[in-house]
Formats: sequence, C-alpha cells, structure tokens
Amino acid sequence: MFNPENLILKGLPKGHIKDRVVRSLMAGLTYAIVLIAALLFGKIIVDGAPVLFKAQAPFVDFEFLTAKNETLHVFDDAQGTRHQLPASAYSDYIKKHEGTPIFNETTYSYSGGGIAGPIVGTILLTVGSMILALFFGVCAAIYLSEYAKQSPFIHAVRLAILNLAGIPSIVFGLFGFSVFVLAVPVITATPSDRSLLCVPLFINDYVMSFQGWNSSLMAGCATLACMILPVIITASEESLRAVPQGFRDASLALGATRWQTIRKCVIPFSLSGILTSSLLAITRVAGETAPIMFTAAVAAKDDLPWQGLKSPFDLLSSQVQALPYHIYTLAARIPSSEYTQRAQYGSVFVFLVIVAFLSLGSMILRSKLRSKLKW
Amino acid sequence: MKHSSIAISNLDFSYGSSPALNDINLEIPAKSVTAFIGPSGCGKSTLLRCINRMNDEIPIAKITRGGIYLDGIDIHDSSVDVVKLRRDVGMVFQKSNPFPRSIYDNVAYGLRLQGSLPKSVLDQSIEEALRAAALWDEVKDRMNESAFGLSGGQQQRLCIARTIAVKPSIVLMDEPCSALDPIATAKVEELIWDLKAHYTIVIVTHNMQQASRVSDKTAFFYMGNLIEFSETSRIFSNPRVKKTEEYITGRFG
Ligand SMILES: Nc1ncnc2c1ncn2[C@@H]1O[C@H](COP(=O)(O)OP(=O)(O)OP(=O)(O)O)[C@@H](O)[C@H]1O
Ligand SMILES: [Mg+2]
Repeated sequence: MFNPENLILKGLPKGHIKDRVVRSLMAGLTYAIVLIAALLFGKIIVDGAPVLFKAQAPFVDFEFLTAKNETLHVFDDAQGTRHQLPASAYSDYIKKHEGTPIFNETTYSYSGGGIAGPIVGTILLTVGSMILALFFGVCAAIYLSEYAKQSPFIHAVRLAILNLAGIPSIVFGLFGFSVFVLAVPVITATPSDRSLLCVPLFINDYVMSFQGWNSSLMAGCATLACMILPVIITASEESLRAVPQGFRDASLALGATRWQTIRKCVIPFSLSGILTSSLLAITRVAGETAPIMFTAAVAAKDDLPWQGLKSPFDLLSSQVQALPYHIYTLAARIPSSEYTQRAQYGSVFVFLVIVAFLSLGSMILRSKLRSKLKW
Repeated sequence: MKHSSIAISNLDFSYGSSPALNDINLEIPAKSVTAFIGPSGCGKSTLLRCINRMNDEIPIAKITRGGIYLDGIDIHDSSVDVVKLRRDVGMVFQKSNPFPRSIYDNVAYGLRLQGSLPKSVLDQSIEEALRAAALWDEVKDRMNESAFGLSGGQQQRLCIARTIAVKPSIVLMDEPCSALDPIATAKVEELIWDLKAHYTIVIVTHNMQQASRVSDKTAFFYMGNLIEFSETSRIFSNPRVKKTEEYITGRFG
C-alpha cells in the first residue's frame, strides 16, 4: 500500500546531514579555486591593462606592442621634473640639452620601450615549431593508425609516445641543447673547433660537421616541436581513429589504394580534430620557457629578428627574444620598482591576452567544425 | 582482368581463435545470381567479404585453409593486386556507408579513382548508375547536397549506385534491401535482373521471397557451415536437408 506519510520528511535523517556536509565541502573547494584564479587574473588585469589600453582613441597603446625593448633611464632635470626615457630617446635628450645637468639618474634594464622583439620572437618560434610538429606528428599518427599492424611492438611505441608527453619541459630543453645546439650536422666550409665529427663531402672545402645549430631560432623550433610531438601524435591518432571504419571500407571496396583512402576519406574528416587539438598545443608552445632558455632565447636584442640579416637563412640561425623568457627576465633579473612595473605587468598582460585568444580560437573552431561534421 | 565465375574450395576461416567458416565448397557460375541465406551470425557476410578480400582489413581475421578462385585464379596469389581485385569485385555493405560528401561526389568517387574523366562522361556515368539504382528521380535536383541528408533507404540505394558506377564484373550485395520499401525493393530486384546479363551477383538476404524471386541458385548456411547449395527452385520446393526446410518455412532462425 502506498503511504503518503512516508514521503514527508520528519527531522533530519543521518544520511542527509552527511550529504549536505559533503556537498558544501565540495562547493567550498571549487569556489576556493575559482577565487584563486580570479585574484591572479584580477591582479594582472588591474595592473597590466592600463599599460596596453589608454583612455583616448585609439585606446590601445600600439607603441608598447611595436617598439623595441630598451633600457629605461629615469632622471630629474634642473626644474625638478622627472623624466622616464628609453635609451634612444634618452640619448636624443642629452644631445639636445647639452650642458644642462641632470640629477638622480637611475637606469632600469629592459624596462623601457615596448615588447615587439619578444612578441615577434614568440610568433616565429610558435609557427616554426608547429609546422615541424604537425608534419612529423601527423605522419607518425597516420602510420600508427592506418598502416601499422596492431602488434605488441606498436603498442609499446604508442606507450612510449604517451610517456614522452609527461617529461618535464626542462628535460626537453636540455635535450635540445645537447642535440640541436651542440650536435646536429651542418654543411659548412669552416667547421667550428668544437665539432664532434667532420665528414668530408669532396665538394670544394665543404664538410658535414656535427657541431650543432648553436642557440638559434632553428634549434628552438626543433626543441619545442619535440616537446609537443607526443601531444600532436596522440591527438591526431585519436582523430584519425574517430573516422568511421565504414568510410575506409567503402573506399577500399571501390578499388582505392590505401593512400588514396587515407587522402580522400580519412584525413579530410579528421583534419578538424587534428587542427583543434593542435591549437591547444600552440598555447603550450607559446608559453614554455624552459625548452627555449638554452636553445633559442636571448634576453636582450637590439634588432627585430629580420633586421640586419644577410640572407633569409640567417633568420633561422639567429637568436630571438620570446615573451615567456622576457617575462622571466623581467621578474627574476631586475628589481621591481614603480618604473619597471609597466614592462612587467604589461608583458604578462599581453601574453595572457594572446594565450586567451588562442584558446578561444580553438574552442570556437572546435564547436564550428563539430557542428559541421556529423556522422 | 574481367573475372566472373567464383569458386570457393575447402575454405576455413576464423576471427582470432574462433572459427567462423568451416570447409566451404561453392561454385558460383558466371552471369548468375546467387543468394546466401541463413540465420544471423552464420557467416554470410564473412564469406562475402572473403571474395573481395575485405577481411584483409580485419587484423584478427584469417583464412586458415583453402582458397577462392575467380575464373580459376587464386585471389590470394602474390601476383594478384588487391586494389584491382576490389575494382573488379564491387561490394554493397550491410550497413550503408555513404561518404559525408555530396550525392554527386559519392557516386563519382570510384570513377575519379581511376583517373580524371571529362565532366560530361562523369555526369553520364553517374546518371546511369543512379537510374539503375532507382534513385535518379529523387536526387536529380539535389546532387550537390550532402548524402547524409538522404533517408536510410535512399542512402542504401546510393551505395548501390556508387558500387555499380565503376562497372565491376562481380557485385556482392550484403542485404541491399534491408531498409527499402516494397517499391524500391522491386526496383533493386529489377536492377539485379538487368545486371545479370553482364555481371555475376551474390546477394545476402533475410527475405525468403526475395531470394526465390531474384536468384538462380541459393546457398543455405548454418553456424559457419554450408548446409545446402543448389538451384533456387529446388531449395524452395524440395530441399534435401531438413534444416534448410525448417529455416525456409520459418520454424527457426
Ligand atoms: N570483425 C569481427 N571480429 C570478430 N568476430 C566477428 C567479426 N565479424 C563477425 N564476427 C563473427 O563471425 C560470425 C559470423 O558473422 P557474420 O557477420 O558473417 O554473420 P552474418 O551471417 O552476416 O549475420 P547477419 O545476418 O546478422 O549479418 C559471428 O559469430 C560474428 O560474431
Ligand atoms: Mg551480415
């Protein structure tokens, strides 16, 4: 017999109290995390946004984004007005006011000018390493998912790749340093003294010298690519496997070769997945400091990467500045003061904005492609 | 190579360690229609997939004994190119599997694999194939729409059109009418009759009337064994084996 009395709550049964305690504990922890994130972002936005944005049109301080990084000179002139000038403007000022004395001069490294160098460097590193990683990663994923027999050996390979994803980035940095910076072969007529091995090529004086690429854009891209390869391979393989077997069967049964099938029936339908997961890898590449510290990054550089180059190849073999490394330098190498905060918070803020845009982009792309491709 | 007769001799087949076909012996004459019937899971699709070597795609699947010969040529011989074999032995799958592309591209897929054809030739072949599959009238105004917008039965006919567009000499059909209404079914059966003049056809069906209507010969399978194989009229009127009779009359399966 149904008894309506049973449904009516009398007092608080024991289970309910436990339920509520667990519930409020979980909620408390969740909101604590949200609070920490809010404080972190709040601080950066409050201190960083004013550097990039202005009250008057055009509202964005393009100067900060497009100017080179310089030392900041702070001094008082004879009238007691305080000046803050980046190195180039400072020397102009001195020339113009020759003879008039200046007082209380202090200099702050890296704090003047803008952050064009680090932004451009980060873009070059990101694009270069993504091209490398996508090429090698997608090829490996295609082999693993479409060609390789599912033997224990292939499972071991897959496991090794997965484990590679868990290696700390500083280890990749050191690996890149010892391999790409010091050991990979280059073809040159004038091998360096520390070349590990010289193989004569019998074309004029040219030899293949195992002397590495030095600290350079090239070495940095290769190191970053190694770091995200496991992510790209795993994600690409997953996207390839998500393509229904029926498409492959239909294509093969119509007399397509395996490569035709992959090209026409597998890659087109997994491309969206590959690209969106790669976008997530981009944010990682753009944000890493450790792998580029020894392989590509330089704290200060007078020219933008493409200025003063003799050949395009020089771009690849020159060092670059990079945003995350720049932030590290600003935070660790120079004492914080009211004059350095502009550069410090500004850089962090710009960096956050870039990463946020990349993540947003990948989210939008993913939802767009998801809704378009259904089976 | 234009093969048309199929000979299956002493074929044992297993998925991993579980056997799926035992000692199958079957001679399918050229330019005829053969129906495979039998309860679900008895190995009809498996045998069909052996004929165009689609089982090569399943890692655990393997033929443990015997072989399959098309016009006397062993299809597993090292000189046989599996790509050419499949071009010659078309297959309509049990689960209809159109590509997520336009209707036009679906039918054009197999033709385009063989090199670029002039647009007019391509259009002509596509129309022919769609007409043959009784789909032309329904899709002629929406050739560039996605094939996924078609109904289940239309998709099934699209897969038939896609298969016959490349003009194979053997057509393997795995329940091509399972999602079709009686009218479309009748059209597909008509198509099978037409194709018979030039092609060898093997059709898997759960529909006894269909088997008796379209096929010249019928093979009855049960648990991986070929129980009976003979003229369709004979199987349906006077089966030799009791099991066959029970299945046909619907007493089990
Ligand atoms: N890919 C596979 N891996 C392992 N076993 C399989 C695979 N495909 C089929 N089998 C098994 O082989 C046997 C025969 O399957 P098959 O698909 O040939 O049956 P069928 O006669 O076509 O049945 P239906 O009429 O339901 O389509 C079944 O027991 C099935 O479970
Ligand atoms: Mg089947």
